[in-house]
This record gives sequence, structure tokens and C-alpha cells, in this order.
Amino acid sequence: MAGLNLSPRILPDRLQSRSSRALKSWESLLLVVAVLIFAVNSFASPYFLDPWNLSDATFNFTEKALIAFAMALVIIAGEIDLSVASIIALSSTAMGLAVTMGADTPMLVVVGLGTGLLCGAVNGLLITGLGLPSIVVTIGTMSLFRGLSFIILGDQAYTGYPASFAYFGQGYVWWVFSFEFALFVLFAVVYSVLLHKTNFGRAVYAIGNNQTAALFSGVRVGRVKFILFLLTGLMAGIASICLTSRLGSTRPSIALGVELEVVTMVVLGGVSILGGSGTIPGVVLAAFIMGMVTFGFGLLNVPGIVMSIFIGVLLISVIALPILWSRARRRTAH
Amino acid sequence: MAKLLKNREVLLVIAIIALVFLIALRFPGFVAPANLARVYNDTSILIILALGQMAVILTRCIDLSMAANLALSGMVAAMINAAFPGVPIPLVILAVVALGAALGSVNGLLVWKLDIPPIVVTLGTLTIYRGLIFLLTNGAWINAHQMSDAFKALPRTPLIGFPVLSWLSVLAIAAVYLLMTRTPVGRAFFAVGGNPHAAVYTGIDVGRTRFLAYCLSGGLAGLAGYLWVSRYAVAYVDIAAGFELDIIAACVIGGISIAGGIGSVGGAVLGCLFLGVIKNALPVINISPFAQLAISGTVIIIAVAVNARTEKRKGRVILKKAEAV
Repeated sequence: MAGLNLSPRILPDRLQSRSSRALKSWESLLLVVAVLIFAVNSFASPYFLDPWNLSDATFNFTEKALIAFAMALVIIAGEIDLSVASIIALSSTAMGLAVTMGADTPMLVVVGLGTGLLCGAVNGLLITGLGLPSIVVTIGTMSLFRGLSFIILGDQAYTGYPASFAYFGQGYVWWVFSFEFALFVLFAVVYSVLLHKTNFGRAVYAIGNNQTAALFSGVRVGRVKFILFLLTGLMAGIASICLTSRLGSTRPSIALGVELEVVTMVVLGGVSILGGSGTIPGVVLAAFIMGMVTFGFGLLNVPGIVMSIFIGVLLISVIALPILWSRARRRTAH
Repeated sequence: MAKLLKNREVLLVIAIIALVFLIALRFPGFVAPANLARVYNDTSILIILALGQMAVILTRCIDLSMAANLALSGMVAAMINAAFPGVPIPLVILAVVALGAALGSVNGLLVWKLDIPPIVVTLGTLTIYRGLIFLLTNGAWINAHQMSDAFKALPRTPLIGFPVLSWLSVLAIAAVYLLMTRTPVGRAFFAVGGNPHAAVYTGIDVGRTRFLAYCLSGGLAGLAGYLWVSRYAVAYVDIAAGFELDIIAACVIGGISIAGGIGSVGGAVLGCLFLGVIKNALPVINISPFAQLAISGTVIIIAVAVNARTEKRKGRVILKKAEAV
């Protein structure tokens, strides 16, 4: 579904130096935006700069960011997974079902992660095994996974999770640093290393840039993609454990529409939706920006649906602005 | 015979007949002509929407904002009617079709002029359009008693034995069929999706064609918006939430390739009818309505797997008749 680019390619006279490239990069722009939003928020509301409030603010993005890390890799590889929110729902439902069968907390974690992995495997098999387009497959599994939750739960809800289960979504590791935030930091490091420092990460970029060339250079394209969908399922399972633990209940409509926010976060983080480029630090910054904006809006009593307009506009404008910018520059260059 | 079996439309007709037959084995009332007419009427809105989605998918794009567009247009129709009950209904319909087309053209312009991937554009406008409904109404509902009788009556008014709603969908099918098969624009939809580079060399403006496809899907979503609101006699922020998936499902089932360039009006309509029969049969055969989501998901996956197999065998052919010769 890529757009057509028929304009001639312009080769620069000399390559940019490392420092000037870093200054002009998308990530440094994001950093400036994050600092600005932070400053505006602290002026707009006197309650913003309280450590506990800021800690609360992190809950706005940690669960979504956990999925966004894996989604970034999927999108860099030129695929997409729209079923993540439904995986959260199904995995949460599975945990609720396990509670009614008397499972304890460690068992619940196993069930949550297992369901996520299983869903990821289903996506991966359909996409790599049968060679189907990921966008349609995951639109299908998006209905299927949430549909299964609806079949199991109907209009009911599971509550009654054990007290120790509450730690994942409500516990604190140290002072104001929540368990979720610790997970966020941990996985930010893990995925940065995975994408930027390993052969696997190189393979992901290679597939996203030119799948055929990657295949002929000895990259096992199918296997890498399968692992990516497995990872996304696993991260959705982890997010589901956190979210279920934080809410203390499961409904089939849990996490409705989260896939949109995750994709927005990834794209805002500078990952090209066409695949082939993007970084994990960018996604981390995007997570902070989205979390701070929604939290700041919340302090100002802006309703959730207005925030979603903002996210929609943000999604389109972060992609449109660089395009307009480069066009304007090209025009002045001629 | 073997060739006939490979044809998607024929396969779908067989599947639908088999489905109806199985249901009729246990509940003969289901195949009563009056009930079948009711099933068709219930599927009419989906058909109108799928025709628009089909045009967009043919050009290698996708429109995830159709349901949100429907909800916004429907809300505006209801608001016009609630504020000025005297405005004639055809004028209201004309207004919302124009509004829907305008909303669709926003998608089209972003895809055409800025080259943003269609899925991102329409994911974005999906939330924006729904959010706009909230901004317009502050979350308030417009209920049946606020709408004029003429506004609510039009879709169910009988005309030569069938409700106007059914006739409107038949009209839409005929119009889009003519557009697809008898006009340069229709040909361009197929050409752009089949091979964008070749389309450029034959003098087709790829971006403009996609823009037109989005205008068409937007306009049809606007029409469906009025029909939805007047049929269910209520308008609020969340009407038709998630319906975009049903629309895409109907297209995929109907054999419209998500990779663009392959599909037919007949296939899209049959895809809708397939989903419509399932949806209407579930309560009859005593399956919980909660199962519907999982069933449409499964059907999408099966349909796309089948599509992929037939496409692999045949390759991309724009002119089917030329291949046969």
C-alpha cells in the first residue's frame, strides 16, 4: 500500500557530520517537544510537578509503551499488528477464567503470558506460514480474539483476583517508582539492545528495507517475522497482566482501541510506517510525550474523547510535517 | 464447470444458499420470502458502505474511517432535523452525502497530496471524526422524539413491496456497477490498484484516482449515516463503532484483494449478504449474539487465506477478458 514516489532522488554533495545529524534527528526534536510539554504542564497546573503525581502520570503510558517496543520492531520490518488490544482482552479473560478455577498469582502470570504468546503465534503462523498480508490477518484476529472474550464473558465481569496479584499494576519498586515503570525501563533497554546491537535487529531493518534482498543475503525472513509477532503477543500479555492487576477486574471491552494509541506512539517515535527505519529511544520519548500530554489534559479536566482527537491529529501531523518540511526545503534549494 | 467453481461469485452464491438451506432445515420460517427480504433490508446499509470501501481497496488503499464518518454524518443529519424539522428530507440527505464526501475528501487529500500511508490517515481521521461528534453534542444523544416523523419514516416506507432502504441499496449497487464497468474512472480504480506504475504511463493520475475513491466512500458513508440514524431512531457518539471491520470483512469475503486491483461489485454485495445471513441467523439458531464478533473474525481470516491462494495461482490480471482469449 506504499505511495508512489516518482520524484528524482537528490544526492547530497557531502554527508552530514555525526553531530549535525544528531542535532537534526527526529529524536532530538522529540526531546525538545517533551521538555516543552513538561514546562507548559508545570505552568498550567500547580499539581503537575508533584513526584507522586508524576508517578501516577507514568501509568498513562507504561502499558502501551511495553507493546509499542515490540510493535516498533514489527513496523520496522514492514508489517503491522492491529490485534494487540484484543490480545490484552483475551489474555485478561483467560486470567479471569483461571481465577475462577482457583489459580494463584504465579499461575495467573503463566496464563497471561501464555495466552499472549499463543495469540502472537497464531498471528505469526497465518502471516509467515500462509504468506497473508499482516494488516488483514490482524484485523481478523482483532475480531477473533476479542470475540472469544465476549463468548467467554458475555456481559459479565471477572473480579476477585488474589491480593498478591495487585502488585503488578499497583506496586512500587522503590519510593515513587512503580513496578510498571521499572518494567518500562527494563524493556526499553532490552529492546534497544535487541534492535540496535544484535544481528536480529540488523535483520529486522534489512527485511523492512528490502525483503527480497534480505532473503537473498541469508536472512531467514519468515522466522524473524514469526518471532516479531510472538514478541508482540508476549508484550501484549505482559501489558494485560499489568492492566488487569491495576484495574482489578476483566470485562471483554477492556483496552478497547489501544492498538491505535500504540501505533501512534510508534509512529510519533519516528518509526516509518513503511518500514525500514526508526529507533527505540524515539519510541521511549514518544511514550513520555503522549503520557505527559494526556496527563496534563486530565489535570485540566479535558474529556478523554477530546484527547483522542488530539492523538488523531498528532498521528497525522507527525507524518505530514516532515513531508511538508522536506518539500519546502527542496523548493528553496532549486 | 471446474472454471465456474473457481469463480468467487459462484462460490459465494453456493455458500450462501448452503447456509440458508442448513438454517431452513431446522427453521423453515427463515426461508420465507418475507424473511429473506427482511434479511436483505437489514444488510442494505452494509452493502452501501462496502461499495465505497471496495472502490478504495481497489486502488490499494483502505478506509478505516467509514464508520466514524457514518456516525458524524448521521449525527449532523439528526441535528439538522432536530433544529429545523421543516427542512425537506431529500435536502437533509443531500447535505449529509455532501458532508460525508467532504470528510472522505480529507482522507483523499492527505493520501494524494502528502503521500501519507492510507492506513495511518484513516486511523487518525477515525478518532478525529468520532471526537468531533462529541465536540458537536457534548456527548448528548438525539432521541426518537426529537426527530420528525418524516425523518424516521423514509427508510421504512414501502415502495413496490420493499422498503425504501432496500431500494436505495439496489440503486447504489446499480450506480457503482455502472461507474466501475462503464466509465473511465471505474477503469482507473482497477488500473491504479493493479499496477500503479503502469497506470501512470497510461496517463492516469494515481493520486487523483485515489482521492476520487475516498470521495465516493465518504459520500456513501454520509448516505449510510442518515439511513442508520433514521432506521434506529437514535444518534450518539458511539453508533456503528467497530462497523468499519464488518465493512472490510464483507469486502475481503467478497474476493476484493487487499493488495488492490482485483474485485467486483457482485463479489462485494455477496460478501455483505454472507455476513448478513450469518448475523440474522445467529439468534434464530440460538447462538449468543456475543459470538458474532468471533465468527466475523474467523470468516475474515478464512476469506483472506482463500483470496491469497487464488491470487497466487492467477497473478495480477486487470483485463480478465483479455486473459480468456
